[in-house]
Amino acid sequence: MNQNLPNSFRSGPDERGHFGIFGGRFVAETLMPLILDLEKAYADAKADPAFQAEMNVYLKDYVGRPSPLYFAERLTEHLGGAKIYLKREELNHTGSHKVNNVLGQIMVARRMGKKRIIAETGAGQHGVATATLCARFGLECVVYMGAVDVERQQPNVIRMEMLGAKVVPVQSGARTLKDAMNDALRDWVTNVHNTFYCIGTVAGPHPYPMMVRDFQSIIGHETRKQMQEAEGRLPDSLIACIGGGSNAMGLFHPFLDDPSVEIFGVEAAGHGLTQLHAASLAGGRPGVLHGNRTYLLMDADGQIEEAHSISAGLDYPGIGPEHAWLHEIGRVKYLSATDEEALAAFQLLSRLEGIIPALESAHAIAKLSELAPQRPRDHLMVVNLSGRGDKDVPQVGDILKARQK
Amino acid sequence: MSTRIDARFAELKQQGRSAFVTFVMAGDPDPKTSLDILKALPKAGADVIEIGMPFTDPMADGPSIQAAGLRALKGGMTLRKTLAMVRDFRKEDNATPIVLMGYYNPIYIYGVDSFLADAKTAGVDGLIIVDLPPEEDTELCIPAIKAGLNFIRLATPTTDDKRLPAVLANTSGFVYYVAVTGITGSAAADSKVVGAAVARIKRHTALPVCVGFGIRTPEAARAIAENADGSVVGTALVDVLKGSLDVDGRATPKTVSAVADLVSALAQGVRGAKQAAE
Repeated sequence: MNQNLPNSFRSGPDERGHFGIFGGRFVAETLMPLILDLEKAYADAKADPAFQAEMNVYLKDYVGRPSPLYFAERLTEHLGGAKIYLKREELNHTGSHKVNNVLGQIMVARRMGKKRIIAETGAGQHGVATATLCARFGLECVVYMGAVDVERQQPNVIRMEMLGAKVVPVQSGARTLKDAMNDALRDWVTNVHNTFYCIGTVAGPHPYPMMVRDFQSIIGHETRKQMQEAEGRLPDSLIACIGGGSNAMGLFHPFLDDPSVEIFGVEAAGHGLTQLHAASLAGGRPGVLHGNRTYLLMDADGQIEEAHSISAGLDYPGIGPEHAWLHEIGRVKYLSATDEEALAAFQLLSRLEGIIPALESAHAIAKLSELAPQRPRDHLMVVNLSGRGDKDVPQVGDILKARQK
Repeated sequence: MSTRIDARFAELKQQGRSAFVTFVMAGDPDPKTSLDILKALPKAGADVIEIGMPFTDPMADGPSIQAAGLRALKGGMTLRKTLAMVRDFRKEDNATPIVLMGYYNPIYIYGVDSFLADAKTAGVDGLIIVDLPPEEDTELCIPAIKAGLNFIRLATPTTDDKRLPAVLANTSGFVYYVAVTGITGSAAADSKVVGAAVARIKRHTALPVCVGFGIRTPEAARAIAENADGSVVGTALVDVLKGSLDVDGRATPKTVSAVADLVSALAQGVRGAKQAAE
């Protein structure tokens, strides 16, 4: 751990959007005035009790919060160590944690008078959540999705279209999440006067990483309260998967200043860290992309490399800047799980608990199998079950069927 | 500090005409052809040359320039080779200003201080870095000015009068007015609207104002030249280059002349303009 630790891990970012050296506002001039407007609109909303009150109504009656904190008894028995709780974000309306953030951003967009919403999506969970809330509030919705992801996440494409969104398959680059974000930024630069860019993770130019984190922090705040009720104390450890890192940041942030709580983020190691993967902290270094400085996968010339993960939602060569900072100062430990480990965990949770997890969340479950057995039975471990696996059923079904042959 | 950019605009002002600024992507479609194109540009009528530094994720560029960057990268282009190309160009031409245009990450990875030193030595005069707004001036802009390079800022239709002073504060060489909100290769802006925007910027600065995005033809270049101190053409050149390649995307004997011919025609348009706006 670094010797110069801050008094609090929860005070960032600074007024220019920096977490240590990470974050910032690396965007084209066309977008800069809007980003400053957004920063102000978000600050105003945050200070307005009516905003929070309105949001609480939707969080409760539309999203279905609070999401349960569930004691996974059979998984705990199977692993034979720590007592495992699942934070059931997959039970939210639209099937993942993404809706927490989208609700917040759509309400900010409405305050700013923006009628057209754009979003990028990888697995389609953020796209579905955005399409859902646009339908609810009568807003135009355009979702950019890599053509490869359109192929492997068909159920979500159909859902978005059913909800009235226009899904644009992105053909540039590796045709996955990074390229979807490039094209969403290009749309934004072109239609900046009427368009709000609803970013799906704790990345992008300031104030996005902070704003998305704030909206997702409800996960950690509820977990604190629910664990108090269930066990009368704080959890001992937290685990969540990380692509950009919004579900992880949402769970982690309220616990960062509790030194007794061990925190683990799990990146996607794809085929393995020496081969194609999407683990930007394990295999990358600091660079600048998509509006922020953070850890990125790139070559010696600073060209961005293509990520690989079985999970479309983790298939991104970067990570949110606050995670990059928490990694450097050592407050959070970042691990990685391969495609194979995630597939095994996907099946394990389905069979033992009757819960089919999203392939993204399965990466966190995979590391649980390493971490839980090493810990005593009174160790309280919380895994963020960030999404449900319905969208992955066709893809995993095909993989498993191919193996039986 | 005076650079080749300052000298060139002073010279053009004396001649009473607007500048013609050309954009080509370094290494497109291969390093050798790209250098030949670069050498042909001044003779064909380019007053200032912008060279794109290829990047995998050019978030403000349209499909043509995205593809040009990817062709260059596929041909093995790197930032180091881009600087070498400028050095080779300088062996024959010590007057035409060279501006490197691109995105920050390759420079950040190269190392800001060594990049600036190497760029200066190679004969680069200015930088346009799309994803570095004034809010991030400490990253590269201020070090670049200290190293004797112009840092040319983009002003856009969304840059209002309140924000303009911040955008212009550390700008030197010229101001690049992006005529439309959008990506490179977008539809052209109306020259009268552009004229009003240029006049607005000129109320805040004595620097020359060049206009780019959406200029494709000699007529459009002339109309812009009558309203600004310079017009920038990029996508049209990249498109004509692409049209000259063989089916496998390789250069043909027509590639250099195809670009040079279009530059000549556009330069004629600019030179046919009435005296540039003052």
